[in-house]
Amino acid sequence: MQSKRKLILNKFLIDGGKNRLMSDRSEKYLINGEKDKWEVVIGLEVHAQVTSNSKLFSGSSTTFGAEPNTQVSLVDSAFPGMLPVINEYCVQQAVKTGLGLNAKINPYSVFDRKNYFYADLPQGYQISQYKNPIVGEGEITLDLPNGSKKVGIERLHLEQDAGKSIHDLDPSNTFVDLNRSGVALMEIVSKPDLRSPDEVNAYVKKLRSIMRYLGTCDGNMQEGSLRADVNVSVRKEGDTKLGTRCEIKNVNSIKFMQMAIIYESKRQVELLESGKSIDQETRLFDIKKNETRSMRSKEDAHDYRYFPDPDLLPLNLDKKLIEKIRKDLPELPDEKKERFIKEHSLTPYEANVLVSEKEISNYFEEVIKSSDKKLTKNWIMGDLFASLNEKNISISESPVTAKKMAELIDSISSGVISGRTAKEVFEIMKETGEDPKKIIESKGLQQKSDPKELEKIIDKILSDNKDKAEQYKSGKDKLFGFFVGQVMKESGGKANPQLVNEILKKKLK
Amino acid sequence: MSELTKKSLTEIANLIKKKEIKSEELTKSFIKNIEKDKKLNSLVTKCSESALKKAKDFDKKPKLDTLLPGIPIAVKDLFCTSGVKTTAGSKMLENFIPNYESTITNNLWNEGAFLLGKLNCDEYAMGSSNETSYFGNVMNPIAENTVPGGSSGGSASALAADLTPATIGTDTGGSIRQPASFTGTVGLKPTYGLCSRWGIVAFASSLDQAGPMTRNVEDCALMLEAMASFDERDSTSINKKKENYSKNLTDKIKGLKIGIPKEYRVEGMSKEIEKLWENGKKILKDSGAEIVDISLPNTKYALPAYYIVAPAEASSNLARYDGVKYGFRSSKGNNLIEMYENTRSEGFGDEVKRRILIGTYVLSSGYYDAYYLKAQKVRQLIKNDFDQAFKKVDTILTPSTPSSAFKIGEKKDDPISMYLNDIFTVPVNLAGIPAISIPAGHDNNKFPLGLQLIGKPLDEQKLLNTAFAVEKKINFKQILNRWWEK
Repeated sequence: MQSKRKLILNKFLIDGGKNRLMSDRSEKYLINGEKDKWEVVIGLEVHAQVTSNSKLFSGSSTTFGAEPNTQVSLVDSAFPGMLPVINEYCVQQAVKTGLGLNAKINPYSVFDRKNYFYADLPQGYQISQYKNPIVGEGEITLDLPNGSKKVGIERLHLEQDAGKSIHDLDPSNTFVDLNRSGVALMEIVSKPDLRSPDEVNAYVKKLRSIMRYLGTCDGNMQEGSLRADVNVSVRKEGDTKLGTRCEIKNVNSIKFMQMAIIYESKRQVELLESGKSIDQETRLFDIKKNETRSMRSKEDAHDYRYFPDPDLLPLNLDKKLIEKIRKDLPELPDEKKERFIKEHSLTPYEANVLVSEKEISNYFEEVIKSSDKKLTKNWIMGDLFASLNEKNISISESPVTAKKMAELIDSISSGVISGRTAKEVFEIMKETGEDPKKIIESKGLQQKSDPKELEKIIDKILSDNKDKAEQYKSGKDKLFGFFVGQVMKESGGKANPQLVNEILKKKLK
Repeated sequence: MSELTKKSLTEIANLIKKKEIKSEELTKSFIKNIEKDKKLNSLVTKCSESALKKAKDFDKKPKLDTLLPGIPIAVKDLFCTSGVKTTAGSKMLENFIPNYESTITNNLWNEGAFLLGKLNCDEYAMGSSNETSYFGNVMNPIAENTVPGGSSGGSASALAADLTPATIGTDTGGSIRQPASFTGTVGLKPTYGLCSRWGIVAFASSLDQAGPMTRNVEDCALMLEAMASFDERDSTSINKKKENYSKNLTDKIKGLKIGIPKEYRVEGMSKEIEKLWENGKKILKDSGAEIVDISLPNTKYALPAYYIVAPAEASSNLARYDGVKYGFRSSKGNNLIEMYENTRSEGFGDEVKRRILIGTYVLSSGYYDAYYLKAQKVRQLIKNDFDQAFKKVDTILTPSTPSSAFKIGEKKDDPISMYLNDIFTVPVNLAGIPAISIPAGHDNNKFPLGLQLIGKPLDEQKLLNTAFAVEKKINFKQILNRWWEK
């Protein structure tokens, strides 16, 4: 279930710096119409499920995947006389997220009712925040290949999720599962600051990364913990006025968001270039057909009749609580990145990759605290990431744990095995999760590092190839490699290459 | 022993505590009266069997250190009662049996009482005459074909006719005080948040408040003491210490300042009401209180503001009755929308539909600011009026209603005239403050009339004390010929 998300992540990590998926990123992303070049303007409303054991206004469990309608209280199913009571933990999670987004926390916020009828909305309204959200303006920094970019956050508010309607279990009935009904969501609204599918990718990943560092949302798109409404408009390159936007509802993967944006922006350009105008409307993205379709026009837009929920008092946050949460914030990706660059002499690109996921950065930190810096960086970003990608697993699922990875790297730096042998050992480790020392021992892969033993081999090679030794001494430098190769062959690949070099140089003087 | 049913709640509780009567005997005499309820139609559900069993259980193991030991009590059918049908007077919930108990009824049972029956009321508590109930009109024991008021009409009628020793109602715009006034009984609407709303079918959440309905002020204090509690399941519940209203009840009100708001002297007010009010003033003066003329300048905006705020909240609160999860579902309709339309068209009565329409309208985009927002501002002004007044006075005295009980059908087709019945009671709900209606006399038809006392927030004790003093001097006597038993 989780693998698809990880696949995208790891692809990004592997390809990130080298094989770019998109065209040259230093260039602006523009749509080439028949007549003009068009800029795409995108804003995102991300719905992130709050990490919490119980729902926003009831004590029901939020565990994913439970039997339908087993995590439903009288409040969630809107029985007569039932009243919502705010889950303070969810409030704290929202504040924490707001602080992580460098946003203004509003000490006064209000819960409103958003009224509409649907079978999976038991109350006939969703409790949300409309005019007074808990979090105001903020911003996050995207690390793009050609530099960083700040993206504005308009607001973050808390709201209830609805239940789930299941239409395909029966030809004439719809089934309703209320397990999700009342689960806490944070709606995070960006400013219209995004300009390309690539930036959307970076934005969602950064947002998710921040929330995972904070522990406020697990960011699991497959389970619906993170989904977004995508607002798209286009304007001629150079224009400053925003065009009419369309909102693409409820897209649940980054790939689909990107596909929807590409389709929708082209559709809008074509309309505008043929002299037509854009209708402000809500659209949906059809994954199978790879197109967006009109859901409802502005005229048909729901009138949600928002008004303050009289069952709930306005939320008044204690300044001390906000300060306490601020003080207890964990190190976030941006700070960690700066620290990694300083402490471990990483390039900004390398640091970005290593902090992109909390689990990756933890892994990296555990290995590097005892092992060689350069080897650690190269092994994690090289062979380890390749193996994760190949097997489509996350770093926390890797059979090669941080401890084992550190042992492998230490065997290289202490000269027990060569870097080349280490690759062989890693091939076994990534399949079996075996301890590297055991593999080295059982396969007898230890390097020959005894100078006397190596001298013996070298002497033999030199006496077998006296002619070549003479040629070398008279200036044919290239032959050095030949001798090294012969020694390695004779030793069955186990000779310590550094020692071989040293001894050979001495003997061939 | 039928005399037992005529006794006050306090008297009955004392008799049981002194072991002079048994709960079974008491319960049987109320059940006997309940059997003659047919013409009054005050009960939707009778719980005679289970009540008798509870009474016997109580007698076996009497717990006498409670406020309501072994006392059977019938309650308004808006309170959810576990395992007992709770209809809210609506076809929509005709067969709805909750598996949970409202906080208020639960508090009563914890004080030794048990359920005697569920009392008729206006549908979802929307009405001032109990004519909107799906289960038929309730009649006022004072005269045949006369309304008991509403929405707690069944409660008032059953109480006045001795079918229950005390009862509870809910008051959103006067639904306790107006029927109390119409039936010659005492009704108190507490400070908003004093009594938990958890488990009460909601009408207008920011106005709804449960309260006691009793034969006299002493009983009222006792009931309120049993009902009031902080409830963390209701976010609007006030966290305060429990008070001993009955123990602290006194008629010594010397030095209290009583406000007389000039705005309550409405145009066309009958001579009888004028006289009643004057008499109230005189009694208070005689008791040593000081009468102070005050002004509540925004009173005239209260009723229009109320009829925006209450329907707005109701339109949203009643959205859950959609036929999907519980309650009535129409068998007609080919899709979800049609099912909704038919269910709600067939399941709700006209008054409920009227208010849902009004509420939906005033919340619509483009109208919200002009109606709902403005009504909320008016509400604040009305609250400010009271705040200002209470800087000068302790309690405010007004009539409870602009008239006595009217005939069934008299105002049914004239909603505005019906709404005008709440003119004196509504401002109190908008301000969230407590008020009590006590019987204070009769009009020319020998129909009871009530006086209303309004208090500061959470100042129920002073309110009860003032009412207690007035009650003693007024010496009101019910005039009932028990026509419904014939």
